[in-house]
This record gives sequence, structure tokens and C-alpha cells, in this order.
Amino acid sequence: MLRRTLMTTAALGLGLALSGGAALAAGMDHVKACFVYVGPIGDGGWTYQHHQGALAVQEAYGDKVEVQWQESVPEGADAERVLTQMALGGCNIIFTTSFGYMDATNAVAAKFPDVKFEHAAGFMRNSENVSTYNARFYEGRAVEGLIAGRMTKSNKIGYIASFPIPEVVMGINSYFLNAKRVNPDVQLTVVWAYTWFDPAKEADAAKALIDQGVDVIASHTDSTAPLAEAAKANGAVIGFGQASDMAEYAPSPRVSSVIDNWGPYYVKRVGELLDGSYAQVDAWEGIKGGEVGIGEITDAVPAEVKTEAEKLRDDIAAGTYHPFTGPINKQDGSAWLAEGQTAPDGDLLGMNFYVEGITGDIPK
Amino acid sequence: MDFGGINPVILIASLMVAAVPIMLAALGELVVEKAGVLNLGVEGMMIVGAICGFITAVNTGSPVLGFLGGAVGGAALSLVFAFLTQVLLANQVATGLALTLFGLGLASLMGQGYNGIKPPHTLSVPMGPLADIPVLGPILFDHDWMVYMSIALVAVVWWVLKATRLGLIIRAVGESHDAAHALGYKVNRIRLGCIAFGGAMAGLGGAYISLVRVPQWVDGITAGAGWIALAIVVFASWRPWRVLIGAYLFGGITVLQLNLQAAGSAIPVEYLSMSPYLITILVLVIMSSGRGRAALNAPASLGQNFHAAR
Repeated sequence: MLRRTLMTTAALGLGLALSGGAALAAGMDHVKACFVYVGPIGDGGWTYQHHQGALAVQEAYGDKVEVQWQESVPEGADAERVLTQMALGGCNIIFTTSFGYMDATNAVAAKFPDVKFEHAAGFMRNSENVSTYNARFYEGRAVEGLIAGRMTKSNKIGYIASFPIPEVVMGINSYFLNAKRVNPDVQLTVVWAYTWFDPAKEADAAKALIDQGVDVIASHTDSTAPLAEAAKANGAVIGFGQASDMAEYAPSPRVSSVIDNWGPYYVKRVGELLDGSYAQVDAWEGIKGGEVGIGEITDAVPAEVKTEAEKLRDDIAAGTYHPFTGPINKQDGSAWLAEGQTAPDGDLLGMNFYVEGITGDIPK
Repeated sequence: MDFGGINPVILIASLMVAAVPIMLAALGELVVEKAGVLNLGVEGMMIVGAICGFITAVNTGSPVLGFLGGAVGGAALSLVFAFLTQVLLANQVATGLALTLFGLGLASLMGQGYNGIKPPHTLSVPMGPLADIPVLGPILFDHDWMVYMSIALVAVVWWVLKATRLGLIIRAVGESHDAAHALGYKVNRIRLGCIAFGGAMAGLGGAYISLVRVPQWVDGITAGAGWIALAIVVFASWRPWRVLIGAYLFGGITVLQLNLQAAGSAIPVEYLSMSPYLITILVLVIMSSGRGRAALNAPASLGQNFHAAR
């Protein structure tokens, strides 16, 4: 009797497992989507925007999805532990939302072939269940650069950089090139903060730039601290919202912003998992796909500059203008892009050089 | 007056501001350790001070009340530590670390809904024409009042520890709690008072970050400043004026590092970033070479709990 019950249970279990496997190919009734964040949700920037995307998934599918997240997960061994826990805890799809999770994501993904992994801003897809997604933030940087080139009075513009990775170098180059296009005298000063999130240090970096006569600051770090520092200059210094709109600093110093909008991508991917059309991808959308938003350009910018910036935004979206259009030389004077040539994605994703005209070296 | 593209006057003026939070926290921790208690929860008390100060300042519109709120918040959290270690005799190292973790979480919880709000502006002390003196003006006479208060507090702590009866009692408790107990001093109560003072100072330092340096609230705003404060106490070999030097050195290197980059210097960032910690190690090696723990000036009962019945 006991043995029979046991056998029945086992058979039932086997049947469930089989039907479960079949259901995966055909789609799923219920998806548990998990998110790993590098900073706190309250950072007002990068992580906040990813969380907005996670909430959009919940809203789009209601009862059919369960959303789980973990904040402030350090990049490195801790990330691997968190990812393993999530995979064991029944997550069907895990979004790892920082470049530094690349190794951990691929290592854990190899151990859990049935769980889908989505890594933001990375390029490594070692197993079939790892996809990568990113946004063409350099398109937003181009719009910032144009505004910076037109707005600077000292002809000194600044950039608070985080870590020397292609994503950041790409942003610096795009910002500079498009500033120089409208203002040939412009000089760019880059400060490497070596952090994604340290408000006090970001404020210090902004202050150092302002002390050097810089009057337009773009930042690649996550907090609003650089804008708060710029606000102390009473309108003499402007900056941009980074990752999030940061509208609380509008109309000045925040004159515009580059907004990360992850919602559409997250909703799409979870939806594909639900209806069974999910496949590995390497997604890289920009202003056109809605992943990169340009925040409202405020009245602190003259109307003609605003019109020009909006036209640039629309041209990029329409595909008629590429922020990296030749002729462009590398910093050492060697040729990179010929007249009229646009940058291939491969060059951008591995970018480890400054373009001609930027002074200083990229830290190694 | 430029040195490698950097104006030293502006550099000194900004490092004085950058050093205030770590200086206040280190000064509080110095008194705590002088009384023989090792509280590793500085980071937690700082961040709770930062959010308490921020909430108070935003709701009252007064930066002064904000700083007061920060001090009260830091002190309240430190009393948790005091209860656990002085009454229940829990291990100080473990309790201190737990306090940091607890403080970070508590601050994050309290800060819900305070993101993106601007606090009231902390005013500079009006020094009139003094601020226009070349060189000295920007360095000495163009700061907000907390900068002056932090320096005054160093002097007060130095004087109290060195020259008053209270200072003597605190030091006695920290050097030999058995002897102090035999003399009739209430060891645990005195330590409790010192812990609360340390908490208030850490809270004040935290409030300075959220109200003046960054002016806003974001989660994790202190970003490790509390740990640097702990290092400064050791660096300063438990002497108040050396805390001032240590804080300016640590705060200064960060500012210098960023300024050098902005000025286009060729010195690699990594060397500058690691230099304060290298200097700390160097100082510790030099101080502890040969003459032992006494030369280090560490309180003899540091980190040991006291129970009167023993």
C-alpha cells in the first residue's frame, strides 16, 4: 500500500516534470522574474530606473508574474551567491543590471540551463540561456554634447566618469565630438571617480571641475550629487540628469537629461517567456526603440539651441544622423573613420581610445 | 599661485570642507575608545545621523535643528550599542559591526520618500571684508559654521581629555577599568556617556554630509566614511589634534586626487587613491616599531567589557 502510494506519487511527479518541460517550450502560465541591483533603489538614477522597469513588468502581466529583487548587491563573489539563491528559489528569468555582474552571471547561468539570464551592458554570452541587453546611451550623450558646446561660456566642459570601460569611453567621445561639432574651441576635462555611486565623491568631483572653470558638467555616475553641487553656483554651471530625469533640479542646473527606460525591454522579454517565443538575443536599442529618453530641455537653454538639440534627437531616432560620423581620428592622430563613414557597433562596444582633441589618458 | 594647474588656496578651502564629516566622527570615536570601548558602528551611526538630520531640517526648515536632530539620531542608535555591550556585556566588535548593518538598513527605511528633496541651505558665516583677503580669506573666513565648529570641538575634546577631572576619569576608565572601579567610579555609566557622545558626533558628521556636502538624501550616502573615521583614530594614535591632521590628510587626498585629474595632471589616479591607506600603514609601522603598545598610545582596556562582580 505504502509502496503503491509512493510509486503513484513518483509517477505523478514525473508526469508533472514532463508536462512542465513541455510547457516551457510552448510558453508558461506563470513567470517569476528576478532583478539584481548594484545600488539602492533610492539612488534616484541607474538602479531606480531598472526598478521602474521591474514595476512595469508587474503592471503589464499582473497575476501571471511574480517580481522579486535584491538591492545593493556587490559586484563579485556576493553576486554569484545571490544569483545562485535566486535560481534555486524558482526564478525563471533573472536580470543582472550592472556591467560588473558579467562573470557571475555567466558562471551561474552555466549551472542552471533552465533559468534565463539577462545581463545589462555586457558582451559575454557563454551559454545559450544568457542574453545581453543595453541601450545606445551615446545617442543621448550626443544631444548633451550639442547643448554643452552651445551653452559653455568658458569653453571648458566636464565629464565625471566612473570606470574606464567601453560604455563610459563611448559616452565621453560622443559628448566631446558633438560639442566640438558646434563649438570648435571647446575643451573637455574628464575626471575618473572610480565609483558608480558615492554622492560625496561625486560632489567633490563636480566641485573640482567647477574650480577649474568648467561650466557644463555631464556625469556617468548614478547620484544627483553633481547637480546639487552645480546648483550652488547659482545658474553659472549647468548639468544633465543621468539615468533618471532628475527633474527636481530643473530648470537649472539640470537643463536636460538622458533617461534609461528599461520597461519596454523587460515587458517584452517576460512576455516572450510567457508565450514561448523567447530566444537568446544581444539587444542594443537607442532613442528610436525608446530605451534612451531625452528629458525635457528647459527654458534655461535658449530657444534656438533647444530646437537644434531636438532636431539632433529626431535625426538620430530617424537614423539620418549617427553620433560617430567620420572623418574622426583617434587621440594619437591615426585615422579611425573616413569621411561619411559611421562607427561599426563592434568598434563602439570595444572602444578603448579617446578621439582626437581630448587631452589626458584613459586609466589602464 | 598655481601649482600644477591647481590653485592651492581653493584646494585647501575645499579639503577643509571635505574633512568635516570624518573629523567629527573620528573625534567622537576617539573619546569612546579613550574610555576603553571599541565601537565599530560609526558608519551606521553616521548614516542614521544623516537621515535624522535631513528629515529634521526638511520638516523644520532650519539647518541648525537639522544638525541637532542628526546628533540626537546618532546618539540614540549608539545607546542600542551601549545597552548591549555595557548592560548585557555583549562582544563589542560583533555588536559594533551589527550596529553598522542595522544603521544602514534603518536609514534606508527612514529615508523612504525623502529622495530628491532639497534641504534648507546652511549659511556661510558672514565674515564681511575678511573673506576678501587674498589667500587667507577663502581658506579661513569663507566657510559655513560647521567647519569652524568642528575645529572648535577638536580643541574642546583635547582640553577636556588633557586638563579636566572629567578627562582624567575617562582616561582612567579606559586604561584600567578595575582600578577606576576600585576608586569608586561607575565604569559602565561613564562608558555609556562616552558612547552616547561618540554617537552624537558621528550623527553630526553624517548630517553634515546630507545637509551641506551633498545636500540631498540618497541611500548609502556616507559610502564608507565611517570606516575611514575609524582608521583616522588609529592613525592619530588617540590624540585629538592628530585627528584634525589625519582628517585633513584623508579628506585632502580625495580632493587633491580629483583636482589633479581636473587639472590634467599625469599622475595615475590609482596611486593617489591608495595613498592615504599607505600612509596609515606606514604611520602604524613607524609608531609601533620598537617601543610596543605604549608607544602606540592605545588605551589599555580597549575593547574589554567590565563587570563589577569579577
